[in-house]
Amino acid sequence: MIKRLLTTCALLVLGFGASYYVWKSEPFHLGLDLSGGSHLVYEADTSTVTGDSGDAMEALRDVIERRVNIFGVSEPVVQVQGPGLISGSANQLIVDLPGVTDVDEAVRMIGETPLLEFKIESGIDFTNSIDEEGNITIDPDSLFTPTELTGRYLERAALEFDPTTREPYVSLQFDDEGARLFAEITRDNIGKTVAIYLDGELKSNPVVREAITGGEAVISGGFTPDEARELVKNLNYGALPVPITLISRQTIGATLGEDAIAAGVRAAIIGFIMVCAFLILWYRLPGLVAALALSIFVAIMLALFKLIPVTLTAAGIAGFIISMGIAVDANVLIFERLKEELRIGATIGDAMRVGFTRAWLSIRDSNFSGLIVAMILFWFGTSLIKGFALTLGIGILVSLFTAHTATRVFLSVLDFKESRAMRFLFSSGLGK
Amino acid sequence: MLIINHKKIFISISLALVALSLLSIFIFGLRPGIDFTGGALLEVEYEESRPELDAIYAEVSNLDFGNVLIQPTGERGIIIKARALSESEHQELLNALGREDSLTEVSYNSIGPSVGRELTRKAIIAIILVSLSVILFIAFVFRRVSKPVSSWRYGFIAIITLLHDIIIPTGIFAVLANFYGAELDTLFVVALLTILGLSLSDTIVIFDRIRENLADEAEKNKKTEFGLVVGKSIEQSYARSIATSLTVIIVLLALLFFGPESTKHFALMLTAGMTVGTYSSIFLASPLLVWAEELQNKK
Repeated sequence: MIKRLLTTCALLVLGFGASYYVWKSEPFHLGLDLSGGSHLVYEADTSTVTGDSGDAMEALRDVIERRVNIFGVSEPVVQVQGPGLISGSANQLIVDLPGVTDVDEAVRMIGETPLLEFKIESGIDFTNSIDEEGNITIDPDSLFTPTELTGRYLERAALEFDPTTREPYVSLQFDDEGARLFAEITRDNIGKTVAIYLDGELKSNPVVREAITGGEAVISGGFTPDEARELVKNLNYGALPVPITLISRQTIGATLGEDAIAAGVRAAIIGFIMVCAFLILWYRLPGLVAALALSIFVAIMLALFKLIPVTLTAAGIAGFIISMGIAVDANVLIFERLKEELRIGATIGDAMRVGFTRAWLSIRDSNFSGLIVAMILFWFGTSLIKGFALTLGIGILVSLFTAHTATRVFLSVLDFKESRAMRFLFSSGLGK
Repeated sequence: MLIINHKKIFISISLALVALSLLSIFIFGLRPGIDFTGGALLEVEYEESRPELDAIYAEVSNLDFGNVLIQPTGERGIIIKARALSESEHQELLNALGREDSLTEVSYNSIGPSVGRELTRKAIIAIILVSLSVILFIAFVFRRVSKPVSSWRYGFIAIITLLHDIIIPTGIFAVLANFYGAELDTLFVVALLTILGLSLSDTIVIFDRIRENLADEAEKNKKTEFGLVVGKSIEQSYARSIATSLTVIIVLLALLFFGPESTKHFALMLTAGMTVGTYSSIFLASPLLVWAEELQNKK
């Protein structure tokens, strides 16, 4: 008995604690459709990547994230969505910018990160392309073949001025891997040209005089100071390891988001009140206990949303509201069982015991199916949908705890003497 | 027993509803939104007055974007639907609609066709996955009750019930699409999948009771007719089934009437789905079970 009292107190404290935490801590993480913002999907062309495309995508992700952070977006989300066995899509990058509704600026900036490539002579022989009139068609790009060395190995770019001519040039510093590649390239191509391409345009093609092992290179010639400065800034923000195209963009206005939040909260509160009313009116005393358990359920759920944290979307709020209904489901199963046992004439204590035990199997099975759906939805959805699956799934799990365990403990604590009044309080419906 | 005795009637009612829904889907059609087809959706609102639609149309056709749909919305707004547009095309379109200070862009979405195809593929896979898991799950949970109806039959009938549960709301959605311009989007698929999950829970409540009663019978070595056992199970559990669904429907109604605009269709679909789901668990799944057993015995 003491143990049960203690457990009850613990649960109540848990409920209050959770509520307090929710009250005092920072606001919820809001998804795009509630905070307003933009959802961009880029497709990366990994066909020319010689190494592991997964690595290239990760590098791309880092670069874009750096870029987005400089733009000053709070809590942006930059994610890679690569080809999976099931998803089978091309390599995609998803960028979520909450609060950024003038997305044109962001798109322009992200799209502008330059693509830096180093190419070596392809050794193509043009004597074959002389036609009858003696003209040669030379495609300058076919003169060079790409190497593994691209902007993803760039550590830093700096603006320098040539001491003698006072002309601006851009000095490049590669990271260790880049330095190694660069040394290899220069060693293998002494006396030949190495071409430096920026965004698909040939910028400079110096002749290699010796192997360069320090990982330093220089792009010079034809820059105005402004051009050079701009280039250095762009290169430092990160040269893109692979070219990207914007394939999808969605914008949600902030006011739409605010309305959605207000409506969502309103619906949740009304739903909660209506369910509690139903419980108390129909199931009387156990219903009251269930309403209490439901309140604790809501408190725990909200606290979890902040702790994990869960990004709330409109669909996510819907999922939470639905899980409130499911949480009550378990209680209904138990109470209906209880009613049955009482009807056959068991004592209140026995009826409760039997009610809880036998209902457990049904609760387990039916909630399990809900969990399966939540898991599949989680895999299937975009970030907007994942919110729904997450709140639904967490809701089901937490409800197993509050509806079953909490209710059971609460009911067992209240000491019941057999009496007509008590039986009335335990039956349900409009009848006796 | 009322239900089992008249099982043919109830099964026919369900069949009729399904047929009606399929007809509705066929006639009214489901309109896939840009989530699935890809495309651009632009909504602007003019500061002062909205120009004549013909004039707008003329301006936009000059841009040569192919098929463009222009719809008025509210008092001063228009909605434009076209194929997926690049950024520069987006700007061109805005310029064609009016001077920069004469209108505000309320929202703009452009979804590439590959993204749309991807979503369609995932949606279909998700639905198949859920159905498969349902069959397997039920077959597993009911494996000990293989007499007189094999546990696979339980799973199978559950699937038929679930199909019934998603076809009818979809039929309702087709009506919505036709009269209110509702479009198929990701939330629609989420609603379908949720209905599958919740309706399944409901069906399990009844099957569970059948299982328990059958186990009881086996224990006491009674040989009651299967149909009677099922009938008794329904009587014992219909209150439960309705009550559990009612709690979810209550919150769904709150969501439908008081919730955000973006989830209204979603809430409507779910409410319809839950209602149909409850109906089907009581009036469809069990009659089908008994019918299956009878057919099996005739062989």
